[in-house]
Amino acid sequence: MRRTFIKTLVAGGMLAIGMNTAIAVDITGAGASFPYPVYTKWAEVYKKLTGVGLNYQSIGSSGGKRQIAAKTVTFGATDSPMNGAELDKGAMVQFPAVLGGVVPVVNLEGFKPSELRVTGSVLAEIYLGNITKWNDPKILAINPNKVLPALDITIIHRADGSGTTSIFTDYLSTVSKAWSDKVGKGPSVKWPADSSLGGKGNEGVAANVTRVKGAIGYVEYAYAKKNGTSYLQMQNKDGNFVSPSAETFAAAAAGADWFKVPGMGISLVEQPGAKSWPITAGTFILMYKNPTSVADSNEALKFFKWAFKNGKELALNLDYVPLPDALTASIESKVWSQIKQK
Amino acid sequence: MSSSPADNGMMNQSLLAVIRKQRLQDFFFHKITMLFSLVVLFALIGIIVSLLINAWPAFQKFGLPFIWTIEWDVRDQNFGALIAIYGTVVTSIIALLLAVPLAFGIALFLTETCPLMLRRPLGTAIELLAAVPSIIYGMFGLFIFAPLFADYGQPALQSTLGQMPIIGLLFGGSMNGIGILTAGIVLAFMVLPFIAAVMRDVFEIVPPILRESAYGIGCTTWEVVRNIVLPYTQKGVIGGIMLGLGRALGETMAVTFVIGNSQRIRESLFAPGSSIASTLANEFGEADDFQLATLFALGLLLFVITFFVLGAAKLMIIRGEKAKGSKT
Repeated sequence: MRRTFIKTLVAGGMLAIGMNTAIAVDITGAGASFPYPVYTKWAEVYKKLTGVGLNYQSIGSSGGKRQIAAKTVTFGATDSPMNGAELDKGAMVQFPAVLGGVVPVVNLEGFKPSELRVTGSVLAEIYLGNITKWNDPKILAINPNKVLPALDITIIHRADGSGTTSIFTDYLSTVSKAWSDKVGKGPSVKWPADSSLGGKGNEGVAANVTRVKGAIGYVEYAYAKKNGTSYLQMQNKDGNFVSPSAETFAAAAAGADWFKVPGMGISLVEQPGAKSWPITAGTFILMYKNPTSVADSNEALKFFKWAFKNGKELALNLDYVPLPDALTASIESKVWSQIKQK
Repeated sequence: MSSSPADNGMMNQSLLAVIRKQRLQDFFFHKITMLFSLVVLFALIGIIVSLLINAWPAFQKFGLPFIWTIEWDVRDQNFGALIAIYGTVVTSIIALLLAVPLAFGIALFLTETCPLMLRRPLGTAIELLAAVPSIIYGMFGLFIFAPLFADYGQPALQSTLGQMPIIGLLFGGSMNGIGILTAGIVLAFMVLPFIAAVMRDVFEIVPPILRESAYGIGCTTWEVVRNIVLPYTQKGVIGGIMLGLGRALGETMAVTFVIGNSQRIRESLFAPGSSIASTLANEFGEADDFQLATLFALGLLLFVITFFVLGAAKLMIIRGEKAKGSKT
């Protein structure tokens, strides 16, 4: 009896040691949930090629910032970029990893994805609670020849603080003065409309939208596509109505001047361009200039270098937009060069 | 004993050795078990102290008014706890209002009038229901119950109770199936098996002689329950209800799914709201330093509420016993 016990202990100990070494070679990262699907896909393929895995915890953007500040991970990931002062204070660098779009989704029987249209100002008025019925004249005006039901609009938002909310409220603040005065932008805001419901995570919003008749919500595009919820066409800055797709997201980022602000944390909402999707955003990586472990930091850079070069197809399959080669080259030369590599 | 003195000495010595060994064992057994129980006490104190330390910045900034302020503005870092407290308390009250009578009926049927053949399967079913993880109730609530409730339950309630003065306000507003009332009903489902199982167990320990005597002098089933079973099992019944209430107050996942997670208080029970536990579950991951302190403060308040509820239950039991003692 006692011997078995000791054996178990020894076996357990060996297992623990084995696991420790397995974790030691893995790259560690934590943060935004928005790019989680593409990071894990990249990691899966990368591990097969190199044997180096990625342990990425999708704990949210603020969580990512907290973890990198506590130095528990090699890189942090965030949808709401840090500004120059914050980066300087932490002696960190920041660069975008991938682009994606946020799309409004609705639950209205009988309408296919992209069949209904919405403009920025109407979307803002819906979220402000000024438009409360689906057959409101303002909605009908941009959807001629469509018969919309006299259904109450239920607004679904993120209940948790979120980068997706940051992007969405950034857009609403850009297109609507009333929104920017009354509500503003941020990972978590005070939702003004009476009929606001909160869901936890992209999947929570998607679940609520599919369950509540007449609901409207906003999710990261991959979630809208995965769940088959019907999303809306949106009017962009040039006045065209566009559907969400990797193509329209890429169009929005085409004219972007990434090095305009320190840390590359530019906003990509409401960008000019005939095909631009209006609610597009980048998601960012945070790393230390003087990492505690240079070896770990090098491994992470190697991973991103590989992903930028070889992960494009994988990203596109998941409806994320990979960064163009010119941009990744300048990230390497201007940003990564600040990280201590030896 | 008829053995020689030398033998006797030997015996005594070995006996002494045995006794000494047993004393030592007893001593260690006592100390070790005491250590185990002390660990629980220290853990409790540790939790309270760490909650207090983490929550301190929030209490320092808002003071006591934090408890009754209706505000939850993450962007401007302005917080009050009343919205979450209201949601927690109201959903729990709804849950108990629905679950206690039902559980009472179930326990009564199982112990008093149920045919023997059914007793076992029904009892097992209730125990199984108690073992269902809370997330399942949340999913059931959001995906199955809420749409049905929006289509049939809420319109029915609004066209009947909703038309009455004053009470009508509780059933007004838009009907999308998600909100405080739905959370209360799902919680009722969750706590029902706990309360019913405890009630059944305590009803069963009523000595048959008491019960049979009562039936013998011509009492009806209801009279037996009212005058024999309930007084005898009062403590256990209250205990069962409190167990259910404790679960309802702290339930997180199921409530987060169906309460609507909206930071406001409305007169209508159809309206979305949030409870302390759902607010914690939603916002912990993304909260920055000060908001984190506020969330810890909410956690501490939940602790205090639960503590008071349990304290009140104990007090009720003690009072009840005293009253009984003075009567006889």
